[in-house]
Amino acid sequence: MKDNVRNFQGWLLFAPAAILLLAFTHYPTITTFLNSLYTNKSIIRPRRFSGIEGYESMLSDPIFWKVFANNMWLALGTIPTSIGLAIIMALIVNKAIPGRGLLRMAYFTPTMLPMIAVANIWLFFYAPEIGLIDQATSIFGFESTNWLGSPSTVLPSIMVMTVWKEAGFFMVFYLAGLQTISPELEEAAKLEGSSRWNYFWRVQYPLLLPTTLFVLINAFLNSFKLVDHLFVLTKGGPDNASNLILYYIYETAFAFLDVSYASALTIFLLVLLALTALAQFLFIEKRVHYR
Amino acid sequence: MTYKNRFTSSLELMGAYILAAFWVLPLLYAFWAAFHYSNDAIHFNIFSPLTLDNFREAWSQAPFLRYGLNTFLLVSFILPGQLLISTLAAYAFVRFKFSGANVAFALVLVQLMITPEILIVQNYVTLSKLGLVDTITGMGLPYVASAFCIFLLRQTFKSIPKELEDAAELEGCSTMGILWKVYVPLATPTFIAFSLVSVSHHWNNFLWPLIISNSVETRPLTVGLGIFGSPETGVDWSIMSAATLISVAPLLIAFLIFQKQFVQSFMQAGIK
Repeated sequence: MKDNVRNFQGWLLFAPAAILLLAFTHYPTITTFLNSLYTNKSIIRPRRFSGIEGYESMLSDPIFWKVFANNMWLALGTIPTSIGLAIIMALIVNKAIPGRGLLRMAYFTPTMLPMIAVANIWLFFYAPEIGLIDQATSIFGFESTNWLGSPSTVLPSIMVMTVWKEAGFFMVFYLAGLQTISPELEEAAKLEGSSRWNYFWRVQYPLLLPTTLFVLINAFLNSFKLVDHLFVLTKGGPDNASNLILYYIYETAFAFLDVSYASALTIFLLVLLALTALAQFLFIEKRVHYR
Repeated sequence: MTYKNRFTSSLELMGAYILAAFWVLPLLYAFWAAFHYSNDAIHFNIFSPLTLDNFREAWSQAPFLRYGLNTFLLVSFILPGQLLISTLAAYAFVRFKFSGANVAFALVLVQLMITPEILIVQNYVTLSKLGLVDTITGMGLPYVASAFCIFLLRQTFKSIPKELEDAAELEGCSTMGILWKVYVPLATPTFIAFSLVSVSHHWNNFLWPLIISNSVETRPLTVGLGIFGSPETGVDWSIMSAATLISVAPLLIAFLIFQKQFVQSFMQAGIK
Protein backbone atom coordinates (compact mmCIF):
# COMPACT_ATOMS: atom_id res chain seq x y z
CA MET A 1 0.00 0.00 0.00
CA LYS A 2 2.79 2.38 0.97
CA ASP A 3 4.61 1.36 -2.21
CA ASN A 4 1.59 2.35 -4.25
CA VAL A 5 1.49 5.78 -2.66
CA ARG A 6 5.19 6.34 -3.37
CA ASN A 7 4.72 5.11 -6.92
CA PHE A 8 1.93 7.54 -7.46
CA GLN A 9 3.84 10.42 -5.87
CA GLY A 10 6.89 9.65 -7.98
CA TRP A 11 4.92 9.67 -11.21
CA LEU A 12 3.11 12.82 -10.16
CA LEU A 13 6.42 14.64 -9.63
CA PHE A 14 7.74 13.37 -12.94
CA ALA A 15 4.51 14.11 -14.83
CA PRO A 16 5.16 17.75 -15.90
CA ALA A 17 8.55 16.85 -17.34
CA ALA A 18 7.14 13.70 -18.92
CA ILE A 19 4.26 15.52 -20.63
CA LEU A 20 6.53 18.19 -22.11
CA LEU A 21 9.14 15.69 -23.21
CA LEU A 22 6.52 13.52 -24.83
CA ALA A 23 4.97 16.52 -26.58
CA PHE A 24 8.18 18.11 -27.88
CA THR A 25 10.65 15.25 -28.20
CA HIS A 26 9.03 11.84 -28.57
CA TYR A 27 5.84 12.77 -30.36
CA PRO A 28 7.56 14.95 -33.00
CA THR A 29 10.21 12.28 -33.53
CA ILE A 30 7.53 9.72 -34.33
CA THR A 31 5.44 12.05 -36.51
CA THR A 32 8.54 13.16 -38.37
CA PHE A 33 9.28 9.53 -39.15
CA LEU A 34 5.69 8.89 -40.26
CA ASN A 35 5.61 12.04 -42.39
CA SER A 36 8.75 10.91 -44.13
CA LEU A 37 6.85 7.79 -45.28
CA TYR A 38 3.99 9.77 -46.83
CA THR A 39 3.74 12.22 -49.71
CA ASN A 40 2.68 15.81 -49.07
CA LYS A 41 -0.99 16.62 -49.01
CA SER A 42 -1.96 19.09 -51.73
CA ILE A 43 -5.20 20.62 -52.96
CA ILE A 44 -5.50 18.20 -55.84
CA ARG A 45 -4.08 15.08 -54.21
CA PRO A 46 -4.54 13.60 -50.76
CA ARG A 47 -1.61 12.35 -48.72
CA ARG A 48 -0.46 8.91 -49.90
CA PHE A 49 1.76 6.25 -48.34
CA SER A 50 4.99 6.22 -50.25
CA GLY A 51 7.24 4.08 -48.06
CA ILE A 52 10.91 4.68 -48.52
CA GLU A 53 10.46 6.73 -51.70
CA GLY A 54 11.32 9.88 -49.77
CA TYR A 55 14.61 8.37 -48.68
CA GLU A 56 15.32 7.13 -52.18
CA SER A 57 14.87 10.60 -53.59
CA MET A 58 17.07 11.91 -50.78
CA LEU A 59 19.86 9.56 -51.82
CA SER A 60 19.54 10.69 -55.42
CA ASP A 61 19.37 14.38 -54.50
CA PRO A 62 22.73 15.99 -55.33
CA ILE A 63 22.00 18.89 -52.96
CA PHE A 64 21.58 16.45 -50.07
CA TRP A 65 25.01 14.96 -50.77
CA LYS A 66 26.44 18.44 -51.17
CA VAL A 67 25.14 19.70 -47.81
CA PHE A 68 26.13 16.48 -46.06
CA ALA A 69 29.65 16.75 -47.49
CA ASN A 70 29.76 20.42 -46.42
CA ASN A 71 28.83 19.40 -42.88
CA MET A 72 31.55 16.76 -42.79
CA TRP A 73 34.18 19.14 -44.22
CA LEU A 74 33.14 21.76 -41.70
CA ALA A 75 33.55 19.27 -38.86
CA LEU A 76 36.90 18.12 -40.20
CA GLY A 77 38.09 21.66 -40.81
CA THR A 78 37.10 23.14 -37.48
CA ILE A 79 37.18 20.49 -34.78
CA PRO A 80 40.86 19.43 -34.72
CA THR A 81 41.99 23.07 -34.97
CA SER A 82 39.59 24.21 -32.27
CA ILE A 83 40.67 21.39 -29.99
CA GLY A 84 44.36 22.13 -30.55
CA LEU A 85 43.84 25.80 -29.78
CA ALA A 86 41.62 24.96 -26.82
CA ILE A 87 44.39 22.81 -25.30
CA ILE A 88 46.95 25.58 -25.81
CA MET A 89 44.60 28.15 -24.28
CA ALA A 90 43.86 25.91 -21.30
CA LEU A 91 47.57 25.28 -20.70
CA ILE A 92 48.23 29.03 -20.80
CA VAL A 93 45.39 29.99 -18.50
CA ASN A 94 46.04 27.12 -16.09
CA LYS A 95 49.41 28.59 -15.12
CA ALA A 96 50.03 31.46 -12.74
CA ILE A 97 51.03 34.09 -15.29
CA PRO A 98 50.51 37.85 -15.31
CA GLY A 99 47.15 38.87 -16.78
CA ARG A 100 45.73 35.38 -16.47
CA GLY A 101 42.17 36.57 -15.81
CA LEU A 102 42.33 38.89 -18.78
CA LEU A 103 43.60 36.15 -21.06
CA ARG A 104 40.88 33.76 -19.95
CA MET A 105 38.30 36.45 -20.59
CA ALA A 106 39.70 37.16 -24.05
CA TYR A 107 39.61 33.50 -25.07
CA PHE A 108 36.15 32.87 -23.67
CA THR A 109 34.33 36.02 -24.82
CA PRO A 110 33.34 34.74 -28.31
CA THR A 111 31.47 31.90 -26.57
CA MET A 112 29.14 34.43 -24.99
CA LEU A 113 28.21 36.06 -28.30
CA PRO A 114 25.26 34.84 -30.33
CA MET A 115 26.34 33.30 -33.62
CA ILE A 116 24.21 35.86 -35.44
CA ALA A 117 26.25 38.71 -33.94
CA VAL A 118 29.50 36.91 -34.72
CA ALA A 119 28.36 36.58 -38.33
CA ASN A 120 27.53 40.31 -38.47
CA ILE A 121 31.01 41.20 -37.29
CA TRP A 122 32.82 38.78 -39.59
CA LEU A 123 30.68 39.75 -42.56
CA PHE A 124 32.65 42.96 -42.71
CA PHE A 125 36.01 41.19 -42.51
CA TYR A 126 35.11 39.06 -45.51
CA ALA A 127 33.53 41.79 -47.64
CA PRO A 128 35.27 42.10 -51.02
CA GLU A 129 37.54 45.15 -51.44
CA ILE A 130 36.35 47.18 -48.45
CA GLY A 131 36.58 44.26 -46.02
CA LEU A 132 39.33 44.04 -43.44
CA ILE A 133 40.99 40.99 -44.97
CA ASP A 134 40.97 42.36 -48.49
CA GLN A 135 42.38 45.68 -47.30
CA ALA A 136 45.13 43.84 -45.46
CA THR A 137 46.02 41.58 -48.38
CA SER A 138 45.91 44.45 -50.88
CA ILE A 139 48.85 46.01 -49.05
CA PHE A 140 50.86 43.03 -50.20
CA GLY A 141 49.52 43.38 -53.72
CA PHE A 142 47.01 40.54 -53.65
CA GLU A 143 43.87 40.86 -55.71
CA SER A 144 40.51 41.33 -54.09
CA THR A 145 38.67 38.12 -53.22
CA ASN A 146 34.96 37.65 -52.72
CA TRP A 147 35.52 35.39 -49.74
CA LEU A 148 31.88 34.53 -49.09
CA GLY A 149 30.79 34.79 -52.70
CA SER A 150 33.00 32.21 -54.32
CA PRO A 151 32.40 28.47 -53.85
CA SER A 152 36.06 27.69 -53.21
CA THR A 153 36.60 30.15 -50.35
CA VAL A 154 33.22 30.31 -48.64
CA LEU A 155 33.51 27.17 -46.53
CA PRO A 156 37.09 27.83 -45.34
CA SER A 157 36.04 31.39 -44.43
CA ILE A 158 33.19 30.05 -42.32
CA MET A 159 35.60 27.55 -40.76
CA VAL A 160 37.94 30.29 -39.55
CA MET A 161 35.04 32.14 -37.97
CA THR A 162 33.76 28.95 -36.34
CA VAL A 163 37.15 28.15 -34.82
CA TRP A 164 37.27 31.67 -33.39
CA LYS A 165 33.81 31.20 -31.90
CA GLU A 166 34.32 27.71 -30.44
CA ALA A 167 37.93 27.31 -29.26
CA GLY A 168 37.34 29.25 -26.05
CA PHE A 169 34.29 27.16 -25.25
CA PHE A 170 36.29 23.93 -25.55
CA MET A 171 39.09 25.51 -23.50
CA VAL A 172 36.78 25.45 -20.50
CA PHE A 173 36.52 21.65 -20.60
CA TYR A 174 40.29 21.27 -20.84
CA LEU A 175 40.70 23.70 -17.98
CA ALA A 176 38.40 21.50 -15.93
CA GLY A 177 40.38 18.45 -17.03
CA LEU A 178 43.74 20.00 -16.16
CA GLN A 179 42.56 20.89 -12.69
CA THR A 180 41.88 17.24 -11.91
CA ILE A 181 45.52 16.36 -12.61
CA SER A 182 47.42 16.20 -9.35
CA PRO A 183 50.16 18.85 -9.05
CA GLU A 184 52.42 16.19 -7.55
CA LEU A 185 52.79 14.70 -11.00
CA GLU A 186 54.34 17.92 -12.23
CA GLU A 187 56.66 18.07 -9.22
CA ALA A 188 57.73 14.51 -9.91
CA ALA A 189 58.30 15.23 -13.58
CA LYS A 190 60.39 18.26 -12.67
CA LEU A 191 62.51 16.23 -10.26
CA GLU A 192 63.10 13.68 -12.98
CA GLY A 193 64.32 16.52 -15.16
CA SER A 194 61.56 15.94 -17.68
CA SER A 195 60.96 18.78 -20.14
CA ARG A 196 57.62 20.58 -20.26
CA TRP A 197 57.07 19.21 -23.73
CA ASN A 198 57.68 15.71 -22.46
CA TYR A 199 55.44 16.27 -19.45
CA PHE A 200 52.61 17.39 -21.70
CA TRP A 201 52.81 14.43 -24.07
CA ARG A 202 53.53 11.75 -21.44
CA VAL A 203 51.31 12.94 -18.60
CA GLN A 204 48.85 15.71 -19.37
CA TYR A 205 47.79 14.64 -22.84
CA PRO A 206 46.95 11.02 -21.91
CA LEU A 207 45.12 12.14 -18.79
CA LEU A 208 43.10 14.59 -20.89
CA LEU A 209 42.04 11.89 -23.34
CA PRO A 210 38.55 11.47 -21.82
CA THR A 211 38.12 15.26 -22.10
CA THR A 212 39.20 15.13 -25.73
CA LEU A 213 36.70 12.38 -26.44
CA PHE A 214 33.94 14.37 -24.76
CA VAL A 215 34.82 17.57 -26.62
CA LEU A 216 35.25 15.73 -29.90
CA ILE A 217 31.77 14.26 -29.80
CA ASN A 218 30.10 17.42 -28.57
CA ALA A 219 31.90 19.50 -31.17
CA PHE A 220 30.72 17.07 -33.83
CA LEU A 221 27.12 17.34 -32.61
CA ASN A 222 27.38 21.14 -32.43
CA SER A 223 28.70 21.43 -35.95
CA PHE A 224 25.42 19.93 -37.18
CA LYS A 225 23.17 21.99 -34.93
CA LEU A 226 24.62 25.44 -35.50
CA VAL A 227 23.52 27.11 -38.74
CA ASP A 228 22.53 30.59 -37.53
CA HIS A 229 25.41 32.33 -39.28
CA LEU A 230 24.22 31.14 -42.70
CA PHE A 231 21.19 33.42 -42.42
CA VAL A 232 23.46 36.46 -42.30
CA LEU A 233 26.53 35.40 -44.24
CA THR A 234 25.54 33.34 -47.26
CA LYS A 235 22.02 31.88 -47.08
CA GLY A 236 23.73 28.61 -47.95
CA GLY A 237 25.19 29.97 -51.18
CA PRO A 238 26.74 30.41 -53.57
CA ASP A 239 25.09 27.43 -55.24
CA ASN A 240 24.85 25.53 -51.93
CA ALA A 241 28.61 25.76 -51.44
CA SER A 242 28.10 26.66 -47.76
CA ASN A 243 24.71 25.04 -47.19
CA LEU A 244 24.38 22.66 -44.23
CA ILE A 245 21.88 19.89 -43.45
CA LEU A 246 19.90 21.77 -40.84
CA TYR A 247 19.68 24.89 -42.99
CA TYR A 248 18.59 22.70 -45.91
CA ILE A 249 15.88 21.21 -43.69
CA TYR A 250 14.77 24.73 -42.79
CA GLU A 251 14.66 25.75 -46.46
CA THR A 252 12.84 22.58 -47.52
CA ALA A 253 10.17 22.92 -44.85
CA PHE A 254 9.65 26.66 -44.57
CA ALA A 255 10.60 28.00 -48.00
CA PHE A 256 9.77 25.09 -50.35
CA LEU A 257 6.99 23.83 -48.02
CA ASP A 258 7.94 20.22 -48.67
CA VAL A 259 7.28 18.74 -45.22
CA SER A 260 7.59 15.15 -46.42
CA TYR A 261 11.11 15.63 -47.74
CA ALA A 262 12.11 17.82 -44.78
CA SER A 263 11.01 14.93 -42.54
CA ALA A 264 13.19 12.44 -44.37
CA LEU A 265 16.15 14.82 -44.03
CA THR A 266 15.35 15.33 -40.34
CA ILE A 267 15.29 11.58 -39.74
CA PHE A 268 18.68 11.27 -41.42
CA LEU A 269 20.17 14.01 -39.24
CA LEU A 270 18.48 12.59 -36.16
CA VAL A 271 19.85 9.09 -36.70
CA LEU A 272 23.32 10.46 -37.37
CA LEU A 273 23.33 12.55 -34.18
CA ALA A 274 21.72 9.84 -32.07
CA LEU A 275 24.33 7.29 -33.15
CA THR A 276 27.11 9.75 -32.32
CA ALA A 277 25.65 10.51 -28.92
CA LEU A 278 25.16 6.78 -28.33
CA ALA A 279 28.82 6.18 -29.13
CA GLN A 280 29.63 8.72 -26.42
CA PHE A 281 27.51 6.87 -23.86
CA LEU A 282 29.16 3.57 -24.73
CA PHE A 283 32.66 5.04 -24.48
CA ILE A 284 31.89 6.52 -21.08
CA GLU A 285 30.53 3.15 -19.96
CA LYS A 286 33.79 1.52 -21.02
CA ARG A 287 35.87 4.03 -19.14
CA VAL A 288 33.94 3.26 -15.98
CA HIS A 289 34.47 -0.47 -16.44
CA TYR A 290 38.21 -0.22 -16.86
CA ARG A 291 38.65 1.77 -13.71
CA MET B 1 65.51 30.14 -13.60
CA THR B 2 68.14 29.84 -16.28
CA TYR B 3 68.54 32.41 -18.99
CA LYS B 4 67.20 30.05 -21.64
CA ASN B 5 64.12 29.21 -19.59
CA ARG B 6 63.34 32.83 -19.00
CA PHE B 7 63.64 33.45 -22.73
CA THR B 8 61.23 30.66 -23.70
CA SER B 9 58.74 31.62 -21.02
CA SER B 10 58.64 35.25 -22.12
CA LEU B 11 58.28 34.05 -25.70
CA GLU B 12 55.38 31.88 -24.62
CA LEU B 13 53.85 34.78 -22.75
CA MET B 14 54.05 36.86 -25.88
CA GLY B 15 52.36 34.06 -27.83
CA ALA B 16 49.60 33.92 -25.25
CA TYR B 17 48.96 37.65 -25.56
CA ILE B 18 49.06 37.61 -29.35
CA LEU B 19 46.51 34.81 -29.39
CA ALA B 20 44.35 36.77 -26.96
CA ALA B 21 44.65 39.85 -29.15
CA PHE B 22 43.41 37.88 -32.14
CA TRP B 23 40.52 36.69 -30.06
CA VAL B 24 39.37 40.13 -28.89
CA LEU B 25 40.19 42.15 -31.99
CA PRO B 26 37.04 41.33 -33.98
CA LEU B 27 34.88 42.46 -31.10
CA LEU B 28 37.06 45.49 -30.36
CA TYR B 29 36.88 46.50 -34.00
CA ALA B 30 33.07 46.28 -33.94
CA PHE B 31 33.14 48.41 -30.81
CA TRP B 32 35.40 50.99 -32.40
CA ALA B 33 33.44 51.04 -35.67
CA ALA B 34 30.15 51.60 -33.84
CA PHE B 35 31.47 54.93 -32.55
CA HIS B 36 32.79 56.19 -35.88
CA TYR B 37 31.23 57.18 -39.20
CA SER B 38 31.27 54.22 -41.50
CA ASN B 39 33.54 55.88 -44.04
CA ASP B 40 36.15 56.35 -41.33
CA ALA B 41 35.51 52.88 -39.93
CA ILE B 42 36.09 51.18 -43.28
CA HIS B 43 39.33 53.04 -43.91
CA PHE B 44 40.61 52.71 -40.35
CA ASN B 45 41.00 56.44 -39.82
CA ILE B 46 42.18 56.08 -36.28
CA PHE B 47 41.97 59.78 -35.47
CA SER B 48 38.54 60.34 -37.01
CA PRO B 49 35.85 61.90 -34.80
CA LEU B 50 33.73 59.90 -32.40
CA THR B 51 29.99 59.81 -32.92
CA LEU B 52 26.85 58.38 -31.39
CA ASP B 53 24.88 58.74 -34.62
CA ASN B 54 25.16 55.04 -35.43
CA PHE B 55 23.47 54.09 -32.21
CA ARG B 56 20.77 56.68 -32.78
CA GLU B 57 20.25 55.39 -36.31
CA ALA B 58 20.20 51.70 -35.31
CA TRP B 59 17.87 52.48 -32.42
CA SER B 60 15.44 54.27 -34.73
CA GLN B 61 15.56 51.60 -37.43
CA ALA B 62 14.53 48.73 -35.18
CA PRO B 63 12.72 48.49 -31.83
CA PHE B 64 15.66 47.08 -29.88
CA LEU B 65 14.10 47.90 -26.54
CA ARG B 66 11.10 45.76 -27.41
CA TYR B 67 13.37 42.98 -28.73
CA GLY B 68 15.37 43.12 -25.53
CA LEU B 69 12.20 42.89 -23.47
CA ASN B 70 11.09 39.87 -25.52
CA THR B 71 14.43 38.12 -24.96
CA PHE B 72 14.17 38.89 -21.27
CA LEU B 73 10.61 37.51 -21.13
CA LEU B 74 11.64 34.42 -23.05
CA VAL B 75 14.51 33.65 -20.69
CA SER B 76 12.36 34.41 -17.64
CA PHE B 77 9.80 31.94 -18.90
CA ILE B 78 12.22 29.15 -19.81
CA LEU B 79 14.63 29.18 -16.86
CA PRO B 80 12.21 29.05 -13.89
CA GLY B 81 10.18 26.47 -15.79
CA GLN B 82 13.26 24.34 -16.34
CA LEU B 83 14.37 24.61 -12.73
CA LEU B 84 10.95 23.80 -11.28
CA ILE B 85 10.08 20.91 -13.57
CA SER B 86 13.56 19.39 -13.43
CA THR B 87 13.77 19.64 -9.64
CA LEU B 88 10.51 17.72 -9.27
CA ALA B 89 11.55 15.13 -11.83
CA ALA B 90 15.04 14.65 -10.39
CA TYR B 91 13.57 14.28 -6.89
CA ALA B 92 11.19 11.65 -8.22
CA PHE B 93 14.09 9.72 -9.78
CA VAL B 94 16.37 9.88 -6.76
CA ARG B 95 14.02 9.31 -3.83
CA PHE B 96 10.85 7.69 -5.12
CA LYS B 97 12.24 4.94 -7.34
CA PHE B 98 8.75 4.61 -8.79
CA SER B 99 7.98 1.60 -10.96
CA GLY B 100 9.20 2.13 -14.48
CA ALA B 101 11.66 4.78 -13.31
CA ASN B 102 14.52 3.32 -15.33
CA VAL B 103 12.54 3.31 -18.54
CA ALA B 104 11.31 6.82 -17.76
CA PHE B 105 14.87 8.02 -17.23
CA ALA B 106 15.97 6.47 -20.51
CA LEU B 107 13.15 8.36 -22.21
CA VAL B 108 14.42 11.57 -20.61
CA LEU B 109 17.93 10.93 -21.89
CA VAL B 110 16.55 10.67 -25.43
CA GLN B 111 16.33 14.47 -25.40
CA LEU B 112 20.09 14.72 -24.93
CA MET B 113 20.45 13.07 -28.34
CA ILE B 114 17.41 14.47 -30.12
CA THR B 115 17.44 18.12 -29.13
CA PRO B 116 14.62 20.53 -29.97
CA GLU B 117 16.89 22.25 -32.53
CA ILE B 118 16.46 19.30 -34.88
CA LEU B 119 12.71 18.91 -34.50
CA ILE B 120 11.87 22.43 -35.69
CA VAL B 121 9.47 21.31 -38.40
CA GLN B 122 7.18 19.11 -36.31
CA ASN B 123 7.33 21.36 -33.26
CA TYR B 124 6.16 24.22 -35.45
CA VAL B 125 3.21 22.08 -36.54
CA THR B 126 2.38 21.19 -32.92
CA LEU B 127 2.56 24.79 -31.75
CA SER B 128 0.42 26.06 -34.59
CA LYS B 129 -2.20 23.45 -33.63
CA LEU B 130 -2.04 24.80 -30.07
CA GLY B 131 -2.37 28.33 -31.43
CA LEU B 132 0.96 29.32 -29.91
CA VAL B 133 2.80 30.48 -33.02
CA ASP B 134 4.17 33.98 -32.56
CA THR B 135 3.99 33.87 -28.77
CA ILE B 136 6.75 33.89 -26.19
CA THR B 137 5.14 30.83 -24.60
CA GLY B 138 5.38 28.89 -27.85
CA MET B 139 8.97 30.00 -28.28
CA GLY B 140 9.95 28.71 -24.86
CA LEU B 141 7.75 25.65 -24.43
CA PRO B 142 9.87 23.04 -26.29
CA TYR B 143 12.80 23.92 -24.01
CA VAL B 144 11.06 23.96 -20.64
CA ALA B 145 11.60 20.26 -19.97
CA SER B 146 15.37 19.93 -20.11
CA ALA B 147 16.93 16.48 -20.00
CA PHE B 148 20.26 18.13 -19.25
CA CYS B 149 18.87 19.90 -16.18
CA ILE B 150 17.13 16.76 -14.94
CA PHE B 151 20.36 14.83 -15.42
CA LEU B 152 22.49 17.41 -13.59
CA LEU B 153 20.09 17.65 -10.66
CA ARG B 154 19.72 13.89 -10.42
CA GLN B 155 23.51 13.58 -10.14
CA THR B 156 23.58 16.26 -7.45
CA PHE B 157 20.63 14.88 -5.48
CA LYS B 158 22.16 11.41 -5.53
CA SER B 159 25.23 12.71 -3.71
CA ILE B 160 23.15 14.05 -0.81
CA PRO B 161 23.39 11.63 2.16
CA LYS B 162 20.22 9.79 3.13
CA GLU B 163 20.90 10.62 6.81
CA LEU B 164 20.05 14.27 6.22
CA GLU B 165 16.71 13.27 4.81
CA ASP B 166 16.05 10.88 7.70
CA ALA B 167 16.85 13.61 10.20
CA ALA B 168 14.47 16.01 8.48
CA GLU B 169 11.79 13.31 8.48
CA LEU B 170 12.24 12.82 12.24
CA GLU B 171 11.80 16.55 12.69
CA GLY B 172 8.43 16.16 11.01
CA CYS B 173 9.28 17.44 7.55
CA SER B 174 6.83 16.47 4.82
CA THR B 175 7.94 14.97 1.49
CA MET B 176 7.89 18.33 -0.24
CA GLY B 177 9.37 19.97 2.84
CA ILE B 178 12.42 17.69 2.56
CA LEU B 179 12.85 18.63 -1.07
CA TRP B 180 12.56 22.32 -0.30
CA LYS B 181 14.62 22.41 2.93
CA VAL B 182 17.25 19.72 2.34
CA TYR B 183 17.72 19.03 -1.35
CA VAL B 184 17.25 22.43 -2.93
CA PRO B 185 19.64 24.37 -0.64
CA LEU B 186 22.35 21.73 -1.04
CA ALA B 187 22.00 21.82 -4.82
CA THR B 188 22.43 25.61 -5.07
CA PRO B 189 25.77 25.45 -6.96
CA THR B 190 24.19 23.16 -9.54
CA PHE B 191 21.22 25.51 -9.88
CA ILE B 192 23.53 28.47 -10.45
CA ALA B 193 25.72 26.61 -12.92
CA PHE B 194 22.78 25.39 -14.95
CA SER B 195 21.08 28.80 -14.83
CA LEU B 196 24.06 30.65 -16.27
CA VAL B 197 24.50 28.07 -19.03
CA SER B 198 20.79 28.06 -19.81
CA VAL B 199 20.46 31.86 -19.87
CA SER B 200 23.48 32.21 -22.16
CA HIS B 201 22.07 29.56 -24.46
CA HIS B 202 18.57 30.94 -24.75
CA TRP B 203 19.63 34.57 -24.84
CA ASN B 204 21.67 33.67 -27.94
CA ASN B 205 19.31 31.16 -29.55
CA PHE B 206 18.24 32.07 -33.08
CA LEU B 207 16.84 29.42 -35.40
CA TRP B 208 13.77 28.32 -33.45
CA PRO B 209 12.77 31.85 -32.36
CA LEU B 210 13.15 32.94 -36.00
CA ILE B 211 10.73 30.24 -37.11
CA ILE B 212 8.14 30.71 -34.40
CA SER B 213 8.05 34.52 -34.21
CA ASN B 214 6.79 36.86 -36.88
CA SER B 215 6.05 40.13 -35.17
CA VAL B 216 7.82 42.85 -33.22
CA GLU B 217 5.90 41.80 -30.10
CA THR B 218 7.60 38.40 -29.87
CA ARG B 219 10.87 38.70 -31.79
CA PRO B 220 13.92 38.35 -29.51
CA LEU B 221 17.17 40.32 -29.93
CA THR B 222 18.93 37.70 -32.03
CA VAL B 223 16.10 37.52 -34.56
CA GLY B 224 15.77 41.29 -34.58
CA LEU B 225 19.47 41.56 -35.28
CA GLY B 226 19.25 38.86 -37.94
CA ILE B 227 16.60 40.69 -39.94
CA PHE B 228 18.34 44.01 -39.30
CA GLY B 229 21.38 42.91 -41.23
CA SER B 230 19.59 41.15 -44.02
CA PRO B 231 18.22 43.88 -46.32
CA GLU B 232 20.29 43.83 -49.49
CA THR B 233 20.10 47.61 -49.71
CA GLY B 234 23.78 48.11 -49.03
CA VAL B 235 24.96 47.62 -45.49
CA ASP B 236 26.24 50.44 -43.36
CA TRP B 237 28.96 48.83 -41.29
CA SER B 238 28.95 51.30 -38.48
CA ILE B 239 25.20 51.14 -37.96
CA MET B 240 25.37 47.37 -38.17
CA SER B 241 28.14 47.34 -35.56
CA ALA B 242 26.07 49.60 -33.33
CA ALA B 243 23.04 47.31 -33.70
CA THR B 244 25.21 44.27 -32.95
CA LEU B 245 26.61 45.91 -29.84
CA ILE B 246 23.17 46.93 -28.61
CA SER B 247 22.01 43.32 -29.02
CA VAL B 248 24.92 41.64 -27.28
CA ALA B 249 25.45 44.28 -24.59
CA PRO B 250 23.21 42.92 -21.79
CA LEU B 251 24.66 39.41 -21.73
CA LEU B 252 28.19 40.56 -22.52
CA ILE B 253 28.22 43.08 -19.69
CA ALA B 254 26.84 40.45 -17.30
CA PHE B 255 29.61 38.13 -18.46
CA LEU B 256 32.36 40.72 -18.05
CA ILE B 257 31.24 41.42 -14.49
CA PHE B 258 30.64 37.81 -13.42
CA GLN B 259 33.31 36.36 -15.65
CA LYS B 260 34.58 33.85 -13.15
CA GLN B 261 31.12 32.53 -12.28
CA PHE B 262 30.25 32.11 -15.94
CA VAL B 263 33.41 30.19 -16.77
CA GLN B 264 33.08 28.03 -13.67
CA SER B 265 29.45 27.28 -14.46
CA PHE B 266 30.28 26.13 -17.96
CA MET B 267 33.02 24.02 -16.42
CA GLN B 268 30.77 22.42 -13.80
CA ALA B 269 27.98 21.75 -16.26
CA GLY B 270 30.46 20.18 -18.63
CA ILE B 271 32.11 17.77 -16.22
CA LYS B 272 28.99 16.09 -14.94
